[in-house]
Amino acid sequence: MYISFSNTPATGDGTRGGSGARVSATVVVLGVVSLLTDVSSESTAAVLPLYVTSVLGLGMIAFGFLDGLYQGVSALVRITGGWAADRSDQPKWIAFIGYGCSALARIALVFATGFGALLAVITADRIGKGIRTGPRDALISAASDPSDLGRSFGVHRMLDTVGAAAGPLIAFLILFLIPDGFSTVFVVSLAFAVMGVVLLGLAVPNLRPRADRAARTQAPRTPFRWRSLLAPELRRLLVVTGVLGLLTIGDGFLYLLLQARDGFAAEFFPLLYVGTNVVFLALAVPIGRLADRFGRTRVFVLGYVALLAAYLAAAAPSFGLASTLLCLVLLGVFYASTDGILAAIAAMVTPPEARATGIAAAQTVVALARLIASTGFGVLWYLLGPTTAVLVMACGLAVAIPVIAVLLRRKAGTTS
Amino acid sequence: MTGRRRLTIALVAIALFAGALAYGLTAYFAQLARASSPSEAVTTTDAPAADEPRLVFRNTAAGQGYGNAALVALDDPAGARTILPIACDRIDASDAAAICLHTDRGVVTTFGATLYTADWQAVRSWPLAGIPSRARLSPDGELVATTAFVTGHSYATTGFSTQTVVGPVDGDARENLEDFALTVDGSRLDAVDRNLWGVTFAEDGATFYATAASGGRTWLVKGDVAARTLTSIEADAECPSLSPDGSRIAFKRDVSESTVPDWRIAVLDLDSGEVTILPEQRSVDDQVEWLDEETLLYGMPGAEVGDGDVWRIAADGRSEASEYLRHASSPSVVR
Repeated sequence: MYISFSNTPATGDGTRGGSGARVSATVVVLGVVSLLTDVSSESTAAVLPLYVTSVLGLGMIAFGFLDGLYQGVSALVRITGGWAADRSDQPKWIAFIGYGCSALARIALVFATGFGALLAVITADRIGKGIRTGPRDALISAASDPSDLGRSFGVHRMLDTVGAAAGPLIAFLILFLIPDGFSTVFVVSLAFAVMGVVLLGLAVPNLRPRADRAARTQAPRTPFRWRSLLAPELRRLLVVTGVLGLLTIGDGFLYLLLQARDGFAAEFFPLLYVGTNVVFLALAVPIGRLADRFGRTRVFVLGYVALLAAYLAAAAPSFGLASTLLCLVLLGVFYASTDGILAAIAAMVTPPEARATGIAAAQTVVALARLIASTGFGVLWYLLGPTTAVLVMACGLAVAIPVIAVLLRRKAGTTS
Repeated sequence: MTGRRRLTIALVAIALFAGALAYGLTAYFAQLARASSPSEAVTTTDAPAADEPRLVFRNTAAGQGYGNAALVALDDPAGARTILPIACDRIDASDAAAICLHTDRGVVTTFGATLYTADWQAVRSWPLAGIPSRARLSPDGELVATTAFVTGHSYATTGFSTQTVVGPVDGDARENLEDFALTVDGSRLDAVDRNLWGVTFAEDGATFYATAASGGRTWLVKGDVAARTLTSIEADAECPSLSPDGSRIAFKRDVSESTVPDWRIAVLDLDSGEVTILPEQRSVDDQVEWLDEETLLYGMPGAEVGDGDVWRIAADGRSEASEYLRHASSPSVVR
């Protein structure tokens, strides 16, 4: 099981601080696996509303329910996936189960014609996503040189986002050529999903973070303990991400504000997501590299400064198309400096035996805090009006950022 | 990675690509063949005259003209239908005009509404915020209401919502119903998650009825276009449809105990407040249409995916449902 260790510079062979070193092949393969899987899931997600309403003839309530399910399920099982990966010391195969679960759901989707069947398929797909995220990020950190972690996650998130952007385009291209070609979309989506699973199974080495460390240090293997998650640095990170998550407005709301202010037609709404994603994927790698040199926690905090600037840009009087674009660029910068970087920081502050759980815990905290923030912000929106509500959140961020910068700085010297 | 693994990966990739391509090409040519084959419904180019009572609907018979607006004489609905070269997802017509909600497929798929004259000349088009759901014209053809189903993206955190706009057919002064003042059981409701859909107009050119929803509950609301108000008049009621004499409202009521909706057609008598649940045992997800003062029409999914049939049922709940028109959906009666 150690045959493929030649792929992983993280085994401590002295290539530290290698900003010039190549990104591990394993990270690139994991990125391609995510790309294929995202093409698969986003192509389906993009046409699902049309399929549910126009082909299956189900109504809006039914779809609203499916959509809620889509957002909620994966956060719940995420920690379980991380825990299973740490416990078994087999992150690759736990991730494999997650990817496999989603691929099996795609097979079922080709045959699902009723609401109940669709419900089961979507649940299975989202459970798969929840399971795989923590173990996959643990694999990325195990396959990377610790000094290059920001760049590794940057490369992975860039490939991931390319897949998420390409999926809907492929789906609508198919529907453009074949107007009732939903089954073709599902079959193509299945092919991408299966390719991702096969690539993961055959091309990703079976890294075992605990066994590997035990072999390297000649120390006995540390078993997984929940107590490992109580490490002060991880606890601090969880609190910090929770607080910042509570001050994060969902993109949807910010786009609504831009739309109301700049008055462009609702049909351009999807383009806002595309715009943010293009910036995200363009900057993921450069910002990851910057984080490796300049300090990951520093870049992470600066990402929230970009978010604060995005709030202010959205709340300020419009100066036309440029102000919409400015807001999208700032949002893209925010994602590029926080999404992968958070996983990198969580990997650094969690002991290796609990790494997948630690990363999953940080991501779950973010997801849950943002869910609460969305609901809370919705209430503010109606009580105070959109602009004031955004300014309130901006004030919260303006207070929280310096406090958090100081809090993280205490220990930042060693981790960043 | 060993050479054998590389080879396996390459072979799997080729097999998957070839398989998906073969499936796609088969579907593409099957689609071409279907679209150019004659319609499975009996068709005629001899449309009912402009003063003749007629049924306007969406044709779902496979073959040419699938998904297009179509019409048939009201005294012989099973007879030959006239299929128009106009693709519509939802349609509603009055004496003077017709409104068609359509999906414009492309790499960026968009949605729109187009207003037609009585002789099917396009007057005006405007974009919709999402997937077409419901469309209604007022009896005099002066007001239009559309409901689109705004789905975010999987990145969206705001979830699903509907966007219903109401306004005069001429010009672009349509207003979002969410901007109207909503009163439920006597108190103002400003909840974030409120949604509004399924408008039906009264004769007076200002009053309408619609569905309001918030926190998992739904209400039948009475609206006023001029005063910009919405007031609840009945709970658990969706997709209202006002009878021609204005005395009753047919709607659908969710009788499910679980989260999967199960809708029955119900009729509310506006004077007595009495609600009659009709004996259709299947779940109906449509905005019903009054064929006359005694009879309701509604669409049901057909045997084939993508097909549908229109059914009829007595509004007093005294008789079972029966099939009215095959291969059709979104019925609209014009007298």
